[in-house]
Amino acid sequence: MIKRLVLGEAGIGVALVVLAGFFVIAAPNFATEQNLRNIMTQITLNTVLAVGMTFVILVGGIDLSVGSAMALCAVVSGTMMAGSGSVVTLVGAILVSVLVGAVVGWINGFVSEQWRVPSFIVTLAMLNVARGAAERYTDAATIYNLPAALNDFGTITLLGVPAVFWVALLLAGIGWFVLSRTVFGRLIYATGNNEEAVRLSGHKTSRIKIAAFMIAGLTVGIAAVLYMARLNIASPILGQGYELNAIAAVVIGGASLMGGRGSMAGTFLGACLLGVLTNGLLLMGVSDFERQIITGLVILVAVVLDAYRLRLARKLAVTQPATKEPVPATVAS
Amino acid sequence: MMTVTGLVKRFPGVVALDGVDLDIRAGEIHALVGENGAGKSTLVKALAGIHAPDAGTMTFDGVPYTPAGAADGLAAGISVVHQELALLPYLTVAENLFLRGLPRTAGVVDRKRLRADAARLLAEVGLDVAPDTPVERLGIAQMQLVEIAKAISTDCKLLIMDEPTATLTSREAGRLFGILRGLRERGVAIVYISHHLQEVLELADRVTVLRNGRSIETREMAGVTAPDLVRLMVGRDLAQEYPVKPPTEPGEVAIAVRGLKVAGFEGPLSFSVRRGEVVGLAGLVGSGRTEAMRAIFGADPALSGNIELYGEKVRIRHPKDAVRHGISLLTEDRKSQGLVLDLPISANVTLAKLRGLLLRFGQERSLSEDLGRRLHLRSAGVGQHVRTLSGGNQQKVVLAKWLNAGSDILIVDEPTRGIDVGAKYEIHELLLGLAAQGKALIVVSSDLPELMGVCDRILVFSRGKIAGEVARPDFDAEHILTLAYSGYLKNGETQ
Repeated sequence: MIKRLVLGEAGIGVALVVLAGFFVIAAPNFATEQNLRNIMTQITLNTVLAVGMTFVILVGGIDLSVGSAMALCAVVSGTMMAGSGSVVTLVGAILVSVLVGAVVGWINGFVSEQWRVPSFIVTLAMLNVARGAAERYTDAATIYNLPAALNDFGTITLLGVPAVFWVALLLAGIGWFVLSRTVFGRLIYATGNNEEAVRLSGHKTSRIKIAAFMIAGLTVGIAAVLYMARLNIASPILGQGYELNAIAAVVIGGASLMGGRGSMAGTFLGACLLGVLTNGLLLMGVSDFERQIITGLVILVAVVLDAYRLRLARKLAVTQPATKEPVPATVAS
Repeated sequence: MMTVTGLVKRFPGVVALDGVDLDIRAGEIHALVGENGAGKSTLVKALAGIHAPDAGTMTFDGVPYTPAGAADGLAAGISVVHQELALLPYLTVAENLFLRGLPRTAGVVDRKRLRADAARLLAEVGLDVAPDTPVERLGIAQMQLVEIAKAISTDCKLLIMDEPTATLTSREAGRLFGILRGLRERGVAIVYISHHLQEVLELADRVTVLRNGRSIETREMAGVTAPDLVRLMVGRDLAQEYPVKPPTEPGEVAIAVRGLKVAGFEGPLSFSVRRGEVVGLAGLVGSGRTEAMRAIFGADPALSGNIELYGEKVRIRHPKDAVRHGISLLTEDRKSQGLVLDLPISANVTLAKLRGLLLRFGQERSLSEDLGRRLHLRSAGVGQHVRTLSGGNQQKVVLAKWLNAGSDILIVDEPTRGIDVGAKYEIHELLLGLAAQGKALIVVSSDLPELMGVCDRILVFSRGKIAGEVARPDFDAEHILTLAYSGYLKNGETQ
């Protein structure tokens, strides 16, 4: 039980509850239904991006281009749907956004696999390329007259929960299912752990890693649509710094940047923690500057705690006695 | 000068040194020979202070020598040039030479003195390069000389060289010998480890033979011949701790390799293995066995050659192709190439056969448990992470993975390295059982008695070529070892 608490996602869950409890007492208006909805809306984009980022980080990569790529998706898709009332155009534009994201992800993955370049460098380059491409596409102009239907979707609630947050929840759920229940998910973890062993077991690890980057691209395309739905604009300068928040959520959620370790539940809780922290501090009237300092410190503490947690896990695993009997019938999963 | 008595070093599951006596005199070149795994490297590491011995004593210059680490060895005047070079490629030759203590004036590196000191050392080893040359621009032989210069840059009394000529041409090796002889004149003691018996005969003053972690004999070199050394290395005590393969009627040819060439090795290699047959690959470490097997499996590209399975030509360009064609490769390094250490046993067992969309946890667990029982796997359950298993049990997990893949051709590379005796026996029995089922087996092993126990035939590799083939009735350790060394006895260009 103690082990589960220290080692699983439970640790971050406890941290989240403690933090929320603190704000309930310290921050006026924190514990209102309206504010809860605000938090959900605020963490939607980061949650969506973090879902894709989890796949990339699990295979030992990183994607710094998601913020810029999101802007590119938004302007391409936004230009297409602007001023049109047709549902077909709207759906087409949404698909185009997702497609652009997937292509950018594929390029990231392909280049880093084909030429064995660290994804840090490849996506750093893509961060610039995608941003530049977005600005070039609209001549740095912002697109305003997006379809009303899209904006409606950005503002409505279903069962008291913002519709856009439902999308984030759905994506996190799919991500959880893929990672924990499918062959592909298993190969993602295994490749992040020991790529050579997976390759020598007859799997094309390059394809698995490229797929992880494409999944990140898909979430970028979806995040771009959600952004337009919420703010009713598409701008080539949107999404700056979003990559860092997504990485922070994944890391706070207990993932290792070396790959092979992390979970979708952890990522989701990590995104919630960041969102609650930002929201609560805002309500307490903490200044923007101080808020940034505190957020940075929280990331640092999470990572240090995680390193400590891992050491403890290794220790517990070693001291755990192995039975002398060959394979007992009961198995702890 | 250096006297070693009764040195013992144990690792989990293996006794690497089991009573070594050695005495090294100032101003001599003392060769150390022995089969793979005889304990040469462990002995060197004990001398250098890297491994602390479990028993026995070492005396250096008349005082007890009990180093707590490599730094103590260096301080005492013992330098080692390891087989793998340890130079920093982007630093200059001079910087590499004096990395341990760069000359300084008021805290700033004194470039002038550094260059002068380096030039003096380089002259001493006869290396004609500017001290400011980055190491990455040197050839391998020049790097070797830099290593030696580095070794003698400290006040070196005992110089240990581990396989220094493995990558040198014979001309370069000749120059190296000249330098070593020069050091000998100055009273430096040199311990020289090499597979090249010819070199040992030429160069050394005395030789000590190691076998199974024991020092067998030390002899003056005069009058010693290569066959003498081989005989001493093999010994006569081949203990019967291996299940012996019963003779079987081998079936059709399962795999035929024709004209295989692998980068860095002479080749070409041609051989075939029949169903129900166990074929051993003997040879020294670095003779090209592992590289050839990796090329067959598609893990590394082959330069040329082709592979036929059951009489049909196949193309294998990725391990995926090999697995699909029913070939398994149990790699020599299970931790870095065979296992996903932070996943449970069950996930490792199914790794080579993961297909389709969804994981089937129930099936995965039950088949892992079945295989675990069959292999006598000792664990806390199939959910246990592989990292926490012992070496023998980890190896059984890799075997279970390939059994689950259901391959008909099984290549195993050092299947029992670093594994305790009990697990070793179980693995041997399992391999023989697979052969009895009609699978074709290739066993790469540096443990000659193991090969002689379980194989029908042994192919002996020597310097990238198959030097000979021996069938079970003619198994003879001395003969096999002579073949294994044969490629290294010729005095030609080595590259």
